[in-house]
Amino acid sequence: MPILMPEPDSHVLARRSEIVSALRTIVPGEGVVDHPDGLKPYETDAFTAYRQPPMVVVLPETTRQVAAVLRWCHDNAVKVVPRGSGTSLSGGALPLADAVLMGMAKFNRILEIDYDDRFAVVQPGVTNLAVSQAVEDRGFYYAPDPSSQIACSIGGNVAENAGGVHCLKYGLTTNNVLGVELVLMSGEIIRLGGRHLDCGGLDLLGVVVGSEGLLGVVTEVTVRILPRPETARALLIGFATIGGAAQCVADVIAAGIIPAGMELMDRPAVHAAEAFVKVGYPLDVDALLIVELDGCAAECEDLIAQVEGIARANGAVSVRISHNEEERLAFWAGRKAAFPAAGRLAADFYCMDGTIPRRRLPDVLQEIRALSERYGLGVINVFHAGDGNLHPLILYDANVPGELERAEAFGSDILRLCVRVGGVLTGEHGVGIEKRDLMPEMFGEDDLKQQERVKCAFDPAQLLNPGKVFPTLHRCAELGRMHVHGGKLPFPDLPRF
Amino acid sequence: METGTKSVKPTRADELADAIASAARSSERLAIRGGGSKDDIGRPVRAAAVLDMTGFAGVIDYDPPELVLTVGAATPLCEVDALLASRGQALAFEPFDHGPIFGRAPGAATIGGVIAAGVAGPRRLSQGAARDHLLGFEAVSGRGERFVGGGKVVKNVTGYDLPKLMTGSWGRLAALTQVTLKVLPRAPMQLTKLVAGLEIPAALRLMAKAMGSKAEVKAAAHIPWSAKHDGRSVTALLLAGFPASLEARGRMIDALIDTQERLEPMEDAECAAFWHDMAVAASLGRARPLWRISVPASRAAMIGEALQLAPQDQLFDWAGGLVWIAYEGDAVRMRAAAEAAGGQAMLVRAPTAMRENVPALHPRLPGVAALEERVRRAFDPLGIFETGRF
Repeated sequence: MPILMPEPDSHVLARRSEIVSALRTIVPGEGVVDHPDGLKPYETDAFTAYRQPPMVVVLPETTRQVAAVLRWCHDNAVKVVPRGSGTSLSGGALPLADAVLMGMAKFNRILEIDYDDRFAVVQPGVTNLAVSQAVEDRGFYYAPDPSSQIACSIGGNVAENAGGVHCLKYGLTTNNVLGVELVLMSGEIIRLGGRHLDCGGLDLLGVVVGSEGLLGVVTEVTVRILPRPETARALLIGFATIGGAAQCVADVIAAGIIPAGMELMDRPAVHAAEAFVKVGYPLDVDALLIVELDGCAAECEDLIAQVEGIARANGAVSVRISHNEEERLAFWAGRKAAFPAAGRLAADFYCMDGTIPRRRLPDVLQEIRALSERYGLGVINVFHAGDGNLHPLILYDANVPGELERAEAFGSDILRLCVRVGGVLTGEHGVGIEKRDLMPEMFGEDDLKQQERVKCAFDPAQLLNPGKVFPTLHRCAELGRMHVHGGKLPFPDLPRF
Repeated sequence: METGTKSVKPTRADELADAIASAARSSERLAIRGGGSKDDIGRPVRAAAVLDMTGFAGVIDYDPPELVLTVGAATPLCEVDALLASRGQALAFEPFDHGPIFGRAPGAATIGGVIAAGVAGPRRLSQGAARDHLLGFEAVSGRGERFVGGGKVVKNVTGYDLPKLMTGSWGRLAALTQVTLKVLPRAPMQLTKLVAGLEIPAALRLMAKAMGSKAEVKAAAHIPWSAKHDGRSVTALLLAGFPASLEARGRMIDALIDTQERLEPMEDAECAAFWHDMAVAASLGRARPLWRISVPASRAAMIGEALQLAPQDQLFDWAGGLVWIAYEGDAVRMRAAAEAAGGQAMLVRAPTAMRENVPALHPRLPGVAALEERVRRAFDPLGIFETGRF
């Protein structure tokens, strides 16, 4: 079933020129884009199956401009969709026909780096990789490394709680952010967190990270930076069965080893990647596992021997160990090329993102194969094995009538399967519009309403990025209602908002 | 927390939901209580019935290679620790039992209380806080509705991160019945490098250097006045991991401190006891009011300077990012000094009269305070859980 966005408000559409003029009084010059050609680049993010030109684009440069735009939109009941670099795979930045699209690309400066307290203060439009590059000459880096890191912005990372291949050891964005400056839909500017570790009070920062642009617009981010490990080494391990690889992963962790990364590819993924980059992946295996260890050289040496032993005990048919950076990067080259490799196998591919308890991997992959046959669409599987995050890539051709719909239905079945075995709908890509209508698979009605009430505390008029994350929009007044005996509220001394 | 005699002890989530809904109907406030190890934090509570959560104890699911543990919220922390230790694992954020801070026997603290209070020990510096390890939960809101947040796998971004909100909420949003935590392997070996005689600014610089090195220091603390060392200061750097790694990283630390007075490193039981004492600020004694100040580490010395504290009055954990201070002076001065250093001060232990007048949590700026209030009302619209404690 196609994903429907909220019906555009014709009254707002009728006021378009008035809205554009009002925005121009706040953001001068080319910071307001209203020509159709100028809107085109904003009509989708990396979830490209859905497109919608925005009503108008505004590109503020200062926090005051952000606040003034949001306040004006709030007072005039105009919706706003925030956008970072537009690399979301779940449609988090998909525009609405009757909404202002607020692009944060001009917030592109690194404001401060403090090596003693190990943090960097950056504007949200700075790319993820640029943070690491800014501190690399001092031997530091920013740990979360989503695969889009050359393009994706820190503000987008905060909105999506972006991950990467090193999450098990170093955490997601939420574990690496100390504070934000945030503008609420009302135009109010607040600071959450800070430059220190614990802030007391409610962890509002924790709920803002990963809120997919529904709670506020982030205008400044303080991230932790870490000393880069002395070295990193990798093993490339082939298994005759998926089960052997999965058991190897479990045994590595049971041995007390937390690798920097553990990536698993199934046979079709290995063949696709090898055909694309030709780095010497073994082709006679059902599963290929990359295990990366980082830390001091002595530790890596020690752990590589341990992991190799565990791999062989689980029936590894081939083990290669990197002895230098070139070899390590070659091991990764195929895995990192999995997406473009999938792009050569089919006109289009659809990347899924569920997480499962790792012990269920063999059954889940078997069931995905069965679904693949039933839907008549190919699939290749890459998998962040350390943390159970699956990325099946469904192959289809959007030009063949019905294939997109079949791919979507196949994808939904995979995510239902993830939830059924005790997992979740999304490990790092976010709900956005893509998984919005699947939320009831994982959460009950009361669970979702409780999340929506948090939204109401931040944005009671529900003007910020509506239509994302929640399958049904309830009015905040309705959500807040509580049946009280005799119709009287107890505790009249409590302030109520 | 001091409360009247009325107490309700549900043992199932639906009974809990009924108890909360019934309190809402009769305009009664409820003080959520687990093991009571933190009863002495915050304003004494009188006008509330106790919601005794101890019926929600027990292990629900534990599969060590998944790195996930699900337990009833009232499961004693010591039982959780023992279970994990039996499988070579641990809670990496090193939660501790508050009982001894108040002269109470250890053992009462529950995992739900640890989450509700956001408790984390010395390794929080490198391993993250309680917030970073709570994956999911089940709870009953102040609306008397059962709900869940988060998930039961280590990587999840589905929906709002409600586990973060529950952590450190001090029982003001919902009554936790079940928590799912990320667990990690316990390091096979640990070792604490010690340096004697550093002044506070030099100790802060050394700890910053160590944390910025490739030695992967797990915890870093400075005791300005150590009775065990004839009143000299002691600076401690904790390393943990596999033996080969520890040796190499130990050499990196030695290279940072070669000009200082190096003491024999501590291992095993001695090492564990040292960091446990640090977690509960044991060396500051129990006689004086106790403050816990979170601050950017490089500015940690400013508070003691502003308040003219003696070396015996303060302890620096988290490489200086956490300052424990025993201080009998004015709370307003303390909070002003913490703010001037870019931090905030929590009053952990104080006589009843002081707790009546001084809020335990550092006051928020008005905009954030109002937002927090709205978020609390989102979970507890009638203020059932607003006992006045915070």
